Amino acid sequence: MILNDYLIFILITLIINAILCLSLNLVNGYMGEFSVGHAAFMALGAYSSAIITVKIAPTLPPLFLFPMAVLIGGATAALAGIPLAFLSFKTRGDYLAIITLAFLMIVKSGLENISYVGASRGFLGIPHLTNLPWTLFWGVVCFLCLRNFIYSKWGRCIMAIREDEIAAEAMGVATRSAKMMTFMISSFVAGVAGALFAHQLQFINPSSFDILKSTDILVMVYLGGVASLSGSLAGATIFTLLNQLLQPLGIWRMVVMPFLLVLLMLFRPRGIMGFREWSWVKIHRDRSDH
Amino acid sequence: MNFPQPLLQACHLHKNFGGQQSIIDLSFHINEKECLGIIGPNGAGKTTLFNLITGMVPASSGIILWQGHPIEKKSGAQLARLGIARTFQNIRLFKQLSVLENIQIAYDSQLTYSVLGSLFSFSQKNLQEKKSIAAAMDLLAMFEMTDVAHEPASSLPYGFQRRLEIARALALNPRLLLLDEPVAGMNSTEAAKIMELLRWIQKEFSSTLLIIEHHLPFIMELCNRLLVLNFGSLIADGAPSQIKTNPAVISAYLGNDNDSEE
Amino acid sequence: MDYFAQQAINALQLGSIYALIALGYSLVYGVLTMINFAHGDLFMVGAFFCFLLEKMIRVPFWLALLLTMLGTSLLGVLLELCAYRPIRHAPRVSAMITALGCGLIIENITLALSPYPRHMPTLIKNSITSFHGITISSLQLVVIGISLLLMILLDFIIRFTRFGIAMRALSSDRLMVSLLGIPANRIISMTFALGAALGGAAGLLYALSYPVISSSMGMLIGWKAFVAAVIGGIGNIRGALLGAYLLGATEIITVSLLPSTYRDLVAYSLLLLVLVFKPYGILGQPQVVRS
Repeated sequence: MILNDYLIFILITLIINAILCLSLNLVNGYMGEFSVGHAAFMALGAYSSAIITVKIAPTLPPLFLFPMAVLIGGATAALAGIPLAFLSFKTRGDYLAIITLAFLMIVKSGLENISYVGASRGFLGIPHLTNLPWTLFWGVVCFLCLRNFIYSKWGRCIMAIREDEIAAEAMGVATRSAKMMTFMISSFVAGVAGALFAHQLQFINPSSFDILKSTDILVMVYLGGVASLSGSLAGATIFTLLNQLLQPLGIWRMVVMPFLLVLLMLFRPRGIMGFREWSWVKIHRDRSDH
Repeated sequence: MNFPQPLLQACHLHKNFGGQQSIIDLSFHINEKECLGIIGPNGAGKTTLFNLITGMVPASSGIILWQGHPIEKKSGAQLARLGIARTFQNIRLFKQLSVLENIQIAYDSQLTYSVLGSLFSFSQKNLQEKKSIAAAMDLLAMFEMTDVAHEPASSLPYGFQRRLEIARALALNPRLLLLDEPVAGMNSTEAAKIMELLRWIQKEFSSTLLIIEHHLPFIMELCNRLLVLNFGSLIADGAPSQIKTNPAVISAYLGNDNDSEE
Repeated sequence: MDYFAQQAINALQLGSIYALIALGYSLVYGVLTMINFAHGDLFMVGAFFCFLLEKMIRVPFWLALLLTMLGTSLLGVLLELCAYRPIRHAPRVSAMITALGCGLIIENITLALSPYPRHMPTLIKNSITSFHGITISSLQLVVIGISLLLMILLDFIIRFTRFGIAMRALSSDRLMVSLLGIPANRIISMTFALGAALGGAAGLLYALSYPVISSSMGMLIGWKAFVAAVIGGIGNIRGALLGAYLLGATEIITVSLLPSTYRDLVAYSLLLLVLVFKPYGILGQPQVVRS
């Protein structure tokens, strides 16, 4: 067997990172808002799915239990995306970023105070249900669905909102429902990643979902490239591998990552694949038949 | 009543920004198929009037009727879907999107497929998307922009950006098309081209036009009726020939300020 | 009654420290309309700087305060020069991410150098005065007093010095200021220095008040101060003070009624609540967006 446990672990981490990166890129890259709260959606997905598998239905056969838990994780996160979407109707830019930050802090410190899920000690004894095939399955589903979404009227609408919200409004774009859908889908996907994460590590605590987690996702998005699916994949891959390669540095690795982010902002603010796609990612509807 | 109902009617519109009155007691109407020009010195409230009609800013008081129904409460997007399209004084394209996508966005409010349909790419979605692309390509062909359909809008030269903005507004299939200084910053050849284009639009799409323009010969030739605004008030309403000789208009343009052209 | 007076003093103490940090966020936001996420870490560096000073060369309190303020203001200027100036004309998102990154760099360098929390030596002899049953320590008096002094000094600088006037001009119209020949770059550097100096002072006062310091306090305390600045209306000096004391009071009330783990939850919920009803903070003005 070529794939040993370590490699499988890295591969699963990579795919989870890619899902997170796609999720954040939808809001930050395609819609042009700035969310630093995606770790909160991930946390909600992780906790709600773990509640299902540990507390509510631990006896169900895993083949049925796990997909259900992942879907519920996503749905919980999507529900939490609704209030944020409402707030984004009126607020943009810096203030929306602050709101997402506050949201993240509220979710994290809220979880720290719920003893049902272990409060700040963490949630223990989560079954190890995440394996490579399942992760791959969810990764591919998320990627394809988001690709379809982006190459649809909704995708065009949110890009129009990013480019010029007033002009979009004048062109009849229903900006509010587009924002609502985008926030819900993005947080659903982040919730899925959270559910996979929880059942990979078998232990989660609120501080695994702090602002550092959010900045990790930001690094991936802005490294790989904003408003680009290819960029999300590239960013997650480079980030995950780099993280492993830098492991010997210990704590100093946590200096290198943000340093990389700052360098990127200085020299290549759109990331490697910003606003571009590899040709296999694109959907050419007008040139070839489907 | 068997008078033909005006397409759009504004009654006693007021707009204050802070303490500043930008539109004062403005009433006018536009009939179907008309080409109405709005002229007036800088700061007369022309663009504000456009913003009121298209729902970009709410009126302080007054009523706007669209085919007899009040529309002041509707959002810009709703009005766009009713058939009120506009262009902007400083061109506002979706710069990083392709020319084709710019047009498609105007068509998107007519596409009916759901979010699930878009996520899982149901056949209905693909069908509608194809139709929208075909329609957009047809429109671009009429505007002689087929070659640049896949270029980003920001890469177009200025004149083409204006044309694209007009094309995008037309893609909404508007009953009323509002053009905010369509020939600003153009030389006379380019302006002549736009004039030709607008005439053709009037004929081809049989839409009603409302045009703000500083270039007087242009607007005098194109429009069959003119409104003259000064300091937020309507000072004249009539055919271009009447406007030319109207003493109030002459004094507004030539009277006490010398910085206006023409 | 005594209990409330006691809590009021505690709130005043915490609020003063928040206020000093919040002023730094607001000053920078005023001139650059940029959220300097790294400011909380300057506050943390202030605390560590003072700790090092006391460990290596025991200096008297006032000298420690001056040196700390000088040290952090240098770091603030350096940060602006190396990281923020090159991207000043880039999209706002880039600036925000850069600031976030710089904050993490500073925090994690400190973490790598000092992985465990440190205990701050006492600098001021802590005598307790009792007054009609209300006890107030000399430390609390020093913290509140020095904060007020620094705020008055800042107010004087902003109102009456050439630099202050230029700074106010810069925050109302950046383009115009550079056309008028005011050296915008120098003013911006000085604003960073000023904000960072206040942050450093706050770091020192915090370390004296709650004498366990760690690399994560930039995020825990500094970001709270940021919350305070936003609640008051970021970019607005009086708003920063209002928000800071409001947040200080809220936290003290929370801690006296609920387990202390609810502190963050209440603070950030307050922020969200304020932003829902007053989207630009209590005293804030919407930024003018060019059309």
